[in-house]
Order: sequence, then structure tokens, then C-alpha cells
Amino acid sequence: MTATPALEAVSPKEIPAKTGAPLLAVEGLRTWFHTFSGTVKAVDGVSFALRPGEIMGLVGESGGGKSVVGFSILGLIDPPGRIEDGRILFEGRNLAGLSEAELRQIRGRDIAMVFQDPMTSLNPLHTVGRQMDEMLQLHTDLDAAGRRARCIEMLESVGISRAADRLSAYPHQFSGGMRQRVVIAIAMLARPKLVIADEPTTALDVTIQAQILKLMRRQIRDNGTAMILVTHDLAVVSEMADHITVLYCGKVVERGPTDDVIRRPAHPYTRGLIDSIPDPAHRQPRLKQIPGAVPDIRKLPKGCSFKDRCFRAEALCGERVPELVVQGDRAHACHYPLTEGDSR
Amino acid sequence: MTAMLEVENLTQEFRLGGSLLERMRFDKGRLSFPDKRVKAVNGVSFRIARGEVMALVGESGCGKSTVAKTIARIYRPTGGKIRIEGEDIAGYGVRELLPVRSRMQMIFQDPYASLNPRQRVRDIVAEPLLEQTTGTAARREVAERTLALLAKVGLNTEHAGRYPHQFSGGQRQRIGIARALSVNPGLIIADEPVSALDVSIQAQILNLMMDLRDEFGLAYLFISHDLSVVHHIADRVGVMYLGFLVETGPREHIFSAPRHPYTRALLSAAPSIEKTRSRPEIELKGEVPSALDLPSGCCFRTRCPLAFERCRLERPTLKPVGGGAEVACHLTDEPDRDRA
Repeated sequence: MTATPALEAVSPKEIPAKTGAPLLAVEGLRTWFHTFSGTVKAVDGVSFALRPGEIMGLVGESGGGKSVVGFSILGLIDPPGRIEDGRILFEGRNLAGLSEAELRQIRGRDIAMVFQDPMTSLNPLHTVGRQMDEMLQLHTDLDAAGRRARCIEMLESVGISRAADRLSAYPHQFSGGMRQRVVIAIAMLARPKLVIADEPTTALDVTIQAQILKLMRRQIRDNGTAMILVTHDLAVVSEMADHITVLYCGKVVERGPTDDVIRRPAHPYTRGLIDSIPDPAHRQPRLKQIPGAVPDIRKLPKGCSFKDRCFRAEALCGERVPELVVQGDRAHACHYPLTEGDSR
Repeated sequence: MTAMLEVENLTQEFRLGGSLLERMRFDKGRLSFPDKRVKAVNGVSFRIARGEVMALVGESGCGKSTVAKTIARIYRPTGGKIRIEGEDIAGYGVRELLPVRSRMQMIFQDPYASLNPRQRVRDIVAEPLLEQTTGTAARREVAERTLALLAKVGLNTEHAGRYPHQFSGGQRQRIGIARALSVNPGLIIADEPVSALDVSIQAQILNLMMDLRDEFGLAYLFISHDLSVVHHIADRVGVMYLGFLVETGPREHIFSAPRHPYTRALLSAAPSIEKTRSRPEIELKGEVPSALDLPSGCCFRTRCPLAFERCRLERPTLKPVGGGAEVACHLTDEPDRDRA
């Protein structure tokens, strides 16, 4: 495998493993939190599938449940949270039914996670080298020299110069962008099949964000890894993801190939999100806005959760929760979806 | 006509803290206590006309928020002039600043930290106005005005008696805006006012800010790292890097014909839902140098793909390049070196 220096979109041809059986299939996932003030249905019937080598963007606003989906896959839900229902099939095995010991075998080796804040996801008391070595000790049979060589190789591949010296450095000796490179290096060390990246560039500046996104794209392509990119930033998703899943109040409201969804959104919420981003090419005096705010998830309105903010809502929306309608590679959960003819 | 705000050669340095022991150095047998200084803002000049929106953009650590806070006189500037409608307030003390505060107010980034959690909304909004008025008749007026202001920013009368924690992030930012408007200022300094908000709420707040500008003829100094937001709201844009203003000009100049390599890099790094890129990309290597130890010559040369000998030796100054734009880059003198 060779690293391609130029920044290119990953075209589907380059990933032979992209077709065939899904690597991960989430089916009807419900993760609820039982708090004193009521049950928070943070994830309420979410389904999607991911094939090897694919990048899926998981998009939505705060409170949409996107991070909880990531945590559920890795079995990182603590009480009062609980996976109430649904299956998380990873290579055919249901992760939701595994014990903590069995999950530990999968975390890091098969599924790795990159968190938003590179400062809190590294241990400030251990050197970078030790934190990388720990991963390899747990998940590979390499001897000490082999592990060291692999760590150096990995640090170099994420663009950290003088890698051998940097192994003995502590996280505080790195800048934010460099720390996120280290976190990505640790995630990729054991050559996982799936990486869950939760807002990996949100804490970074745009020029550093561009570097990190390019790096992640290259790592994913070179290793044939699949990725779930959890983010609120549609622009980042549109540059990275093959397909996107839009969440609102714990439910999937829309799903499909990225370009297709962004060009022709079916759900009014997706349309609203896209229109809320100021578009430099078509500057207008006023931005299209979604009125109101995300409702309290403990007291969701009857019917569609989005109906109070929706410009197309009718009586039916207040009565019945819309089902996810699948049409080819697109899916939407709306009684009155937008069609090609609806003007912006 | 005098400008609403005119900043001239503004500099701001911060002494790094630390005890005498931490600062103690031995040099050739002599004991000294050198002073470490962060040069946060290095000679920034610009002006904002009445009713104009000027945005300062740049990455973290570029000094844009420090400029905002120094103009709002949360900090006392190390050097330079800050003229509000012609009156230089750079050296003013607390007492002298009080009347100035009715002409200039600030909106903060974090709507959770910038509202006192133990005050009711009506008291939060009324406070700046009460500072400026005395007497019971005036107090009644203040109460009326408070309710009117809440309505202006899209909140209602029953919200006045509530506490900040009962509101969402977007609503809190509305409260912050109502508080800033209470004294009827001509200039509002907004430091990343929408970056803590979700994108759908962001659009609501930006629309509100633009409506208020049209209604009250407000001028904004708008600090943001988000180029698409800046493109939407600003009439003029200043790009900052490491405490220097490297390029400034009308919105269309900055977004359609940027000259400084840093501006171009910033624009090409910004992700976009539009796939088309009209400009060639400039990709930056490495990271921003420390403001404790500025590079010689041009501040950007350590990351600039087009840097040459002169950039190391000589610090470029802002020069007009036509169309009301100014650029601080030696490439403007030597256009054939500009390959990208």
C-alpha cells in the first residue's frame, strides 16, 4: 500500500471491498437513559448498514443522539443508560449481546474510536509511546522491538516528524492538531476494520482541520477501514462521507448517498440544515432558518418530532410517527417528503 | 464623517504570570528576572463606518478576540488609539468609560457563561441601562424598555421573570443581544456570537442581528473563525494572523480575489457543501508559531509556501492594492513570484 500525497476524493473504484456483505449492520437500536425526570430516548429505533471501506456521516444537531449511537456500538453505555432493543451486527456477531470481556477483545482491535477532544482522550501521565505500546500489547503478538517499529511507522504515517524521539514525549508537549494526529495513530495501530470518529475536527482550526481530514481519508483508504463520522458539520461530511444518515431526536429522518442527499434532500429537516449554512455562491440577505428549537426529548410531541418546526406539517404529522420509507439507496421518514419539483 | 470606530496601531501585550522563582534566570553569574511577554496584537489599524459590519477572521491565537476585548476596554491597550466617534478611549479609566459604554456594547461567545445564573432575565437586560440612569421615573422607563427589547429579540413578556438556565442556547444568546441593545449603542462588538450554537439556531441569530442592524443602524465588529458566516454577514473583512492584520478589504475582494497567501489558504481549507473550487488550493504545513517568540520579518513566512529571502529580513506592512483592499505581503511588489 502506498500513500498518495495529493488530496483526492476517494472514488468507489479504488475500494474493491466496498460491495458485498455489510461490515456493520445496526438494526432497530434503542438506547434509553432512565433518569429521575423521565426516560430519555436518546436513540430510538436507528438502523443503518456499513460495508467495508465505506465512510458514513452521522449528522444532526446537539441532542440528536448521534454520539450515543457511536457509544452504543462500542458498548460504552453506562447506567442509567441501557440498550433496550435492537441488534448491532458486526461481521455477523451481535455486539449488543456480548459481555464486557468479549467487547474488550473487539474494542481497539476491530473497532477503534477517535474522540472530539484530543486533550482528554490521551492520558497526560504517560508518554505517547507507552500509550501506543499498550494498544499493541493488548491486540497483537509483536515483541517489544516490533511494537516500537510499528509505533514509529504509524506516527510517521500521520505526519509526525522525528517519530522515534516523539515516542518519549508527553501529550502536553504536542499542540492540539498534533495530539489529534497521535489519537488517530493510536486508533489505526491495530489496523481496525471500523473507526468511529466523534467530531474529530470540531476542536481544531480550519487549516489544521483540513490537514486532519486529509490524513484520515488517506488512512482509511490505505487500510481499507470503514468509518462512522459523527459530526454536526454538513460541510465536513460532504467532503468525507460516501453516504449520510441524518438523526433528529433519536430517529433516522433521512439516509442516502451524500451528494444525492445534499442536492435533493427529501426530509424538511435535512433541507433546513442545508439551507441554514450560509452559501458563499448564492448570498442572500436573509438565511433560511428552521424556526424554534429542538424539543425536550423527554416530552416529544405526538407524531413526528419535527412537526412543530416544519413548514410542511399537516394534521397527519401530529397523529402518526412517520415510518422510515426505503426507496433504493435512499430512505426518509416523512409523511410529506420533498420531491424534485419543490423549489428551494 | 467621523467613523463609528477607528483603531490605530493597536498593540496588546500580556505579561506571562509566574512567581519570581519561576522567572529566575542565571546568566553569566548574574541573577535576572526576565519578563516573558505574549505579543497578542501587533499594530492593528482599521475603521468601521456607522451601520457597517466589519468581520475579523483568523485561527485560534491570532488575536482577534483580544482586539475585540481591547476595543471594548475589558483590557487596557499596551499602545495605539481606539476612537469611538472620534473620541480616543484607549487611556480611559473606569469612570470615564461609563458614558462610553452607552455607545458600545459587547456580545459574547458563550451564552452559558455570559449571563449571571442568579439574575432574572429582566434584571440582566436592564442592568447596563440602570448603570446609565438615576431616579424612580427613569426606573419605570427602564422596566418598559426591557420588555420592549425582549420582544425585539423574539422573546416574550413571560420570559422576563425567568432565570438563564430555563433557556436554550439560542434563547440565551437573544438575551445577551437584548442586554447589549438596552443602552441603544451605535457599535456592537460580537465575539464569536454564533459559534457555540447549532447550525439551525445560528441562522436564526444571524438573521436577528442583521434585522437589528437595519432597524437601529448598528455597526458591528464581528469576530469569527467561520468563513461562511463572515461571508454572509460582513461588509468588510480583516484577516488576522499571529496578532497582525495581514489583509483587509470589502467582502467581495477577500472572497473572490484574495491576495495574501494566508487568506487564500484559509479559504481553500474551509470545507464546503459546494463541491466546486474555483481557486487553486494552498495547503499549509505545520502550525502557528508561538506569540512569545514571533518569527523575524513576515509572521507567516514559516508556513508560507511562497516565502522568499525578503520575507525573513523585512516585515511587510499593509499596502493598498486597489478596490479598498490592503495587503501586507511582499508578493504584491514581486507578482511574478506568486505562482499559486
